[in-house]
Amino acid sequence: MSGYSRFLWPFFAAVAVSAAGPVRAQERPHAFLGARIIPIEGEPIGSGTLVVVDGVIRALGPVEGTSVPESAVRVDAAGKTILPGLVCTHSHIGGVGGADSSEPLQPDVRVYDSINVHDSGFRRAVAGGLTTLNIMPGSGHLLSGQTVYVKLRKARTIEDMFIRARDGSPLGGIKMANGTNSRRDPPFPGTRGKSAALVRAEYVRAQEYRDKIVRAAADPARAPPRDLRLEALVEVLDGKRVVHHHTHRHDDIVTVLRLAKEFGFRVVLHHVSEGWKVADEIARAGAPCSIILVDSPGGKLEAVNLVFQTGAILEKAGVATAFHTDDWITDSRLFLRQPALAVRAGMSRKAALESVTLAGARMLDLGDRIGSLRVGKDADFVVLSGDPLSVYTKVLQTWIEGVKVFDRDDPKDRLHAVGGYGAGSDQEPYHCCFGDEGGAR
Amino acid sequence: MTTRALQVLLAGVVSVLNVPWIDAQVVVRATRLYTMSGPPITDGVVVVRDGKVAAVGRAADVKIPTGFRELQAAVVTPGLIDGHSVVGLTGQFNQRHDQDQLESSSPMQPELRAVDAYNAHERLVGWVRSFGVTTVHTGHAPGELISGQTIIVKTTGNTVEDALVADTAAVAVTLGPRSTKQGKSPGTRGKQVAMLRKKLDQARDYARKRSNGGPAGEERPARDIGLEVLARVLNKEVPLLVTAQRTQDIATALRLTRELDVRLWLDGAAESYLLIDEIKAAGVPVILHPGMARANGELENASFETAARLQRAGIRVAMQSGYEAYVPKTRVVLFEAAMAAANGLSFEETLAMITIDAARILGIDRRVGSIAAGKDGDLALYDGDPFEYTTHCLATIVDGEVVHDTSR
Repeated sequence: MSGYSRFLWPFFAAVAVSAAGPVRAQERPHAFLGARIIPIEGEPIGSGTLVVVDGVIRALGPVEGTSVPESAVRVDAAGKTILPGLVCTHSHIGGVGGADSSEPLQPDVRVYDSINVHDSGFRRAVAGGLTTLNIMPGSGHLLSGQTVYVKLRKARTIEDMFIRARDGSPLGGIKMANGTNSRRDPPFPGTRGKSAALVRAEYVRAQEYRDKIVRAAADPARAPPRDLRLEALVEVLDGKRVVHHHTHRHDDIVTVLRLAKEFGFRVVLHHVSEGWKVADEIARAGAPCSIILVDSPGGKLEAVNLVFQTGAILEKAGVATAFHTDDWITDSRLFLRQPALAVRAGMSRKAALESVTLAGARMLDLGDRIGSLRVGKDADFVVLSGDPLSVYTKVLQTWIEGVKVFDRDDPKDRLHAVGGYGAGSDQEPYHCCFGDEGGAR
Repeated sequence: MTTRALQVLLAGVVSVLNVPWIDAQVVVRATRLYTMSGPPITDGVVVVRDGKVAAVGRAADVKIPTGFRELQAAVVTPGLIDGHSVVGLTGQFNQRHDQDQLESSSPMQPELRAVDAYNAHERLVGWVRSFGVTTVHTGHAPGELISGQTIIVKTTGNTVEDALVADTAAVAVTLGPRSTKQGKSPGTRGKQVAMLRKKLDQARDYARKRSNGGPAGEERPARDIGLEVLARVLNKEVPLLVTAQRTQDIATALRLTRELDVRLWLDGAAESYLLIDEIKAAGVPVILHPGMARANGELENASFETAARLQRAGIRVAMQSGYEAYVPKTRVVLFEAAMAAANGLSFEETLAMITIDAARILGIDRRVGSIAAGKDGDLALYDGDPFEYTTHCLATIVDGEVVHDTSR
């Protein structure tokens, strides 16, 4: 390297980083050798090699026969287990503030306008092996706002965590709820009938708004004034934005399916405590379920019939099933506990492992990018000390797009994995250019 | 059917449920038997006669009686003990009618007795029983400065009297933000302790005057059932169960018990790992917060490794399922202890927290907490390591009765 180019190198590096945003990109290829690899798509590999280049999976296969680029950092992973990064389809980390108490439907509220990226909950989530979250507002409204799909990259702003569509817009769904949580004093609904009527009326307004826009295609002067509320619902009607619907009781579940059919929106059913009573109806509607397994039934009337067997029953009925943390309801560090308890109650291991990876990714329309280990997919993965479904197994490392975001051997990360003094405070910000946070670790 | 005939029939049903010897003759075989009164036994057997352990040992060494019901499991442990719960006072519905764990009309109500509020038929009691829990220390919950009394029960019985192991096990005190109220007293930590000091001083004075009639000419005070139980605390007959999570609250609990010369069960104790020397010097046991307690609020610094750090320092530790305001409405102490097994404690050290050590702390180890001749026939049967997520509790036995059974 000439003196001239050595002088310029830091300059170019700075330009490259700023072009990519402040989030660190994978700098060198990595190869993980000798691990048991559970790719989710395809059979587990007893002793495998995973090659990761530029944030993407470049190669995957048995140690013998999988070539490793010469420039790659070779990581001995013998005795470890590698799983795709875990996907949580329903989380509330980050001090989320969605809709307020002014009205029951607030589709213009965007949850990403409220998130604190330094919340220690994000550090606990990567300590649990999570790499992708659907961050949602709460369930106290019929419609509490737009959700956001994020990667748990080290971030300075929420933008650093966005998963973006081709046009650059952040991806997300919309949160709806029925049953008891959204039944409150006026202007909130007081009954189930009223709840559905309010939802129906709102979607009818959205249909009419969309029709006006379509009719004005030839003559923009006739277009209706922009309506940010209805705009979000038109995205729902067009299938671009999935409805993530909180629902527990069997009759409430069926009501969601009825409304989804009536307005043609795409829905993921969340919680689904009594899903076992209407599993065939859910299967016929083709609605995926994002469920939660908590340690006892009850706590609220509509969850008294919650059973550990829901995962197994939905699997048998042919329903696509994911688990979610609902963090803070359950701790993201213990996410793998749910599929394990589901296996205890009869779910197959295969479906259980898929439920925290690929099944969830598909529910977020991200199945082609994440959720399994396949050449060309994002290099999001977890290195475990043993069987994913054992209480004794530890998450050792979490990687997102080829960058290590959690390492149990790092005392700062270990604090969030185990807990201890200071674990509850906001984590220190990620500085791009100062201290060890900025350097390659 | 006449009313009288119906009464007779119902009485018959109830008495069948109550008579322990109907199903109290059991032989339990275990591939691995953890007695907690000696080293684990491979190919062990427990004989339960008339509700009590009659014999325990290697199958080859124990004379197995005939005509007893036989059960078999990979792993058998003593029935589990939950160090602190609210099941039976809290119900699954989480509606006003089934929430009796906390009375908020006044900050100090030591006269509230858990026996008057415990529902032996509550589904959550049956729920924890189905995971091998046979004894629960339950009662008035954290949330008021003095929330009331606690009891110890078996997870069976038609009435609280059937279930009762110990009445007035402790008087429950809560320090820290959970028992402060804006605009009311106590509104601060300092005020909490001032109020407690005053109340216990009052109880000391009351006890003295009740027994001596007070100084000459002073009238004997009228009976006060609240001060009466606090007088038993000052006698060291009844311990104070003090819920304290932050270091300053734990330090206060230690200071107060030293100053008042009372017995203390330190409860919750999220930041206890910062005060190990002090807790050890005070000789105080810890009934630790649930292993999976949410790491927020005053538990934001909770650690999965606290149980290991306390136990390794020689502090006696029990695990608790605690109190939950929402979902899950109760935790299961087996699952909560499992977190300690995965974070620094050995299998047997973990098991001790929910069997013999819990029994010793609660003062019931003569009856429960280990498998030994003469002790209650309380057993938990598992098809593998009880702490593993995928292991099942096959059966639970209380006083020789099989009260949970997946083989049927």
